[in-house]
Amino acid sequence: MTALLEIEHLDAYYGWIQSLHSVSLAVETGGITLILGANGAGKTTTLRAISGMIKTSGVIRFAGQRIDGKATEDIVRLGIAHAPEGRGTFVHLTVEDNLRLGAYAQKRKAQLTTDYDRVYEYFPVLAERRTQLAGTLSGGEQQMLAIARALMLRPRLLLLDEPSLGLAPTLVRWLFQMVRTINQEEGVSVLLVEQNAALALRLADQAYLLETGRVVMAGASEVFQQDETIRRSYLGY
Amino acid sequence: METLLQQVVSGLASGGIYASMALALVMIYQATDVVNFAQGEMAMFSTYLAWSCLHAGLPYWVTFVATVGIAFVGGLLIERVLIRPVEQAPILAIVIVCIGLLAILNSLAGWIYSYVIKPFPSPFPQQPVHLGGVVLAPHNLGAIGVTLVLLALLYIFFRYTTLGLTMRAAAQNPVSSRLVGIRVGWMLALGWGLAALVGAVAGMMVAPVVFLEPNMMSGILIYAFAAATLGGFTSPGGAVLGGFLVGIIENLVGTYVPFIGPGLKLTVALVLIIVVLLVKPSGLLGSATVRRV
Repeated sequence: MTALLEIEHLDAYYGWIQSLHSVSLAVETGGITLILGANGAGKTTTLRAISGMIKTSGVIRFAGQRIDGKATEDIVRLGIAHAPEGRGTFVHLTVEDNLRLGAYAQKRKAQLTTDYDRVYEYFPVLAERRTQLAGTLSGGEQQMLAIARALMLRPRLLLLDEPSLGLAPTLVRWLFQMVRTINQEEGVSVLLVEQNAALALRLADQAYLLETGRVVMAGASEVFQQDETIRRSYLGY
Repeated sequence: METLLQQVVSGLASGGIYASMALALVMIYQATDVVNFAQGEMAMFSTYLAWSCLHAGLPYWVTFVATVGIAFVGGLLIERVLIRPVEQAPILAIVIVCIGLLAILNSLAGWIYSYVIKPFPSPFPQQPVHLGGVVLAPHNLGAIGVTLVLLALLYIFFRYTTLGLTMRAAAQNPVSSRLVGIRVGWMLALGWGLAALVGAVAGMMVAPVVFLEPNMMSGILIYAFAAATLGGFTSPGGAVLGGFLVGIIENLVGTYVPFIGPGLKLTVALVLIIVVLLVKPSGLLGSATVRRV
């Protein structure tokens, strides 16, 4: 497999504080790659760097093309969809308008209706709620909407920032299975950021561990699951 | 009874102007969290441009369309050139830029056109309309009509077009908007353009009543503030409702409360602002915003 996204020696700063230290990682084409780490380890920062939302130094390559330094709006147009931390739905707009905005940067507007149907198939509850304001949805439904909106772009790479945050364990399990289904049916590569290590490692193919802005471990997720330190610090058994 | 009805209708006419100006304020406020204190002067300057066109012999409605177009482009350019550089600065910096713009446009108009008041024509007939014992000025009815058409067009634009949806999204959540590929900066500029356009229409509708002079909009802007406060700065519909209400209240109080009369009418607006802020700060239709600090 080849890498769809490659990050080399990425540094990022929040004011005077360096939040990423020479981070290098790769997302395999068609795979699910996981970034693990505690709060403040730099997981969200890494995703924000990919989407061009913060200033960084280092190289970010998407499908062989440099994207570091590009504007967020242009990175989206290359086919990178980002479901941000805290979901970032348009709470004052309806579910359907949220989805319509998801397809904003998509060139093939003619497919809009089939795209609605496609994401409603993954998340039937959104079809029932299509005329409701996004702000009235439950946390789980908002997370589904965030992912559904990202899918409306027909992305090549899907960035998911802590989709499990604040959701009931059964819902998280269902949602992760859905991410796997979407990954396979859409052929979309996924870069997932999670704190829920146990479930996320079962979902992912490759994993990276971030600690205070540095990659401290990288490899196949099976290796992570068997690693003694990971088990003790992140899996809790 | 006839006086009452007459006052209500003329209240609706000035209310339409306040509604337009309040809507222009709210549109910019929602998109950028800034109250554009220069809104009135932008409208005044547009009206002077309309006067120039009419003076050059252009027919009224050609002038109307041209002015609206120029105002739109002007508003867009103001955002790009003056507001954009301070976009990331604290709100106070943007407010000061707006106040500077107010002073500049005001002086510029005085310098180009002089401070002598000029009559401005109405596109509507002069002959009063008699309707069941009430005498109505056609200009008042026409201004109400033009305002309502404008508001309806804006409603359709924001509610049913993709661009309108995109502009609403950019105003509500700039970060998520960028993440779906919306060029938020341009949406803000479009918002300024539209606000300037609405202001230009209001200016041309009010100029036949208050006459054309560089300070013509200063009182009207205060009524518009009252309207936006009454209706709620977070609600475009509320601003429009507030505009019509302020127009009616102003006229009725001016007529029926003896010590106020036409001379103290502007005070009504200020009292209204204070009362609303004390009783229901979010306004009639606005929603209270809670911010975590």
